[in-house]
Amino acid sequence: MVLETPDILLASMASQLEQQLSKGRIENPAMVGIHTGGVWVATALHQRLALEDPLGTLDISFYRDDFSRIGMSPEVKPSQLPFNIDDRHIILVDDVLYTGRTVRAALNELFDYGRPASITLAVLIVRSGREIPICADVAGTELDLDSGQQIKLKGPQPLSLELVELTDG
Amino acid sequence: MKQRHLQLDHDKRLRHFLTIEGLKRDLLVEILDTAESFTGVSHQQVKKVPLLRGKTVVNLFFEASTRTRTTFELAAKRLSADVLNINVPASATNKGETLLDTLRNLEAMHCDMFIVRHQNSGAAHFIAEHCAPHISVLNAGDGRHAHPTQAMIDMFTIRRHKQEFHNLSVAIVGDIMHSRVARSQIHALSTLGVPDIRVIGPRTLIPANADTLGVHVYHDLSQGLQGVDVIIMLRLQRERMSSALLPSEHEYFRLYGLTKEKLALAKNNVIVMHPGPINRGVEMDSSVADGEHSVILQQVSHGISIRMAVMSMTMGPRGVRHPKHTQQSELKT
Repeated sequence: MVLETPDILLASMASQLEQQLSKGRIENPAMVGIHTGGVWVATALHQRLALEDPLGTLDISFYRDDFSRIGMSPEVKPSQLPFNIDDRHIILVDDVLYTGRTVRAALNELFDYGRPASITLAVLIVRSGREIPICADVAGTELDLDSGQQIKLKGPQPLSLELVELTDG
Repeated sequence: MKQRHLQLDHDKRLRHFLTIEGLKRDLLVEILDTAESFTGVSHQQVKKVPLLRGKTVVNLFFEASTRTRTTFELAAKRLSADVLNINVPASATNKGETLLDTLRNLEAMHCDMFIVRHQNSGAAHFIAEHCAPHISVLNAGDGRHAHPTQAMIDMFTIRRHKQEFHNLSVAIVGDIMHSRVARSQIHALSTLGVPDIRVIGPRTLIPANADTLGVHVYHDLSQGLQGVDVIIMLRLQRERMSSALLPSEHEYFRLYGLTKEKLALAKNNVIVMHPGPINRGVEMDSSVADGEHSVILQQVSHGISIRMAVMSMTMGPRGVRHPKHTQQSELKT
């Protein structure tokens, strides 16, 4: 399988986003990245789209659905939304859309900050393996991977993609 | 050593929080970092996260408290737990039996966490040893022994103002003898690497073996405050003093009360802390308590974040482990 470089995928995401925004007549959207990889992708997109408001970041650790199984993540970071999200059009950014559980958690967290006008989901990579009905509005690329494969974004400078084969254990 | 095992699970993660003693530096830093993340929750419109949804937290207080109980309650509610407040009046006889009976009853109601304050040292430890395996116990103060969450609140406040611990001089002033807060603070400060910990107070209120804890003992306030970065004032615990250890509150204030003049002996950017409640005009002058160096009210706000952190860290997985699932979930889904 040939992986495109993150740069090419980001360029594609930026142009798709511009189209979507003009189609929806959305002006001045605000962007939120999900820690950690999603923040890297969002930082790059935020720059390309030259958005006015500073970038927001979410750590979804407090909203995970597997807390009672794995406990608290030792590396939780603060969420920071440096703007009021009420009635705003939000672009939610992550690196990989896999099971959909991270996005579910991020949506719940966002709504605890207010009631946005809309949320657009933009991800670098959409891969197979969805467990809940969530799909991306904008995707850099789509990959058909089996459950033994993991795609990882490494960063923050430079961004690169790595395909890992998980061994059973 | 036994205490250490009791507080940690087999993955060395926090399962009860009873004392700072014996906990490693990394774990204390993890508590501070996690608390830092929880400070964001109070900026949300909905000041709640769903981490402990469906869990029941019991405030089991055998000794009166307002601030500690309320901040524990608020912390539990911000984590979406259900909270039960039980104030058990102390009974002089049959304490062991009463305690165990209370415990069994609460277990039968399917509670998940006990927050225990008790006038006897070791009470929280005793409960942690005897409760069902799915229950976490947090010590909210036991006798003269420990008050670990208060100490972590103070460490959090110090870190926010001073960033690092390895270059600090910290003075703890007042009634060290009766203070479980002081004991926990000394353990936390030394674990976090503070090189100069001073305790200042009259001979009658400093334990004779204080220097074995690695602290410098001063009986003169002016001498002890020279060049310090942090001053922690302790409350005079009249209720725990059985004999005449002090001539009078007035005399105490004259010798050990913190005034603007005494404060000037410390560094320019010194912070003044107090675990509350303050006896104004006994431990410190109002002008200091409300002055620019005072961070006393910040300590109260930090109390909620620290308690949220400790509650969520102790309420991790219980019972059967799912090793395969754990491995998968730690990767981004």
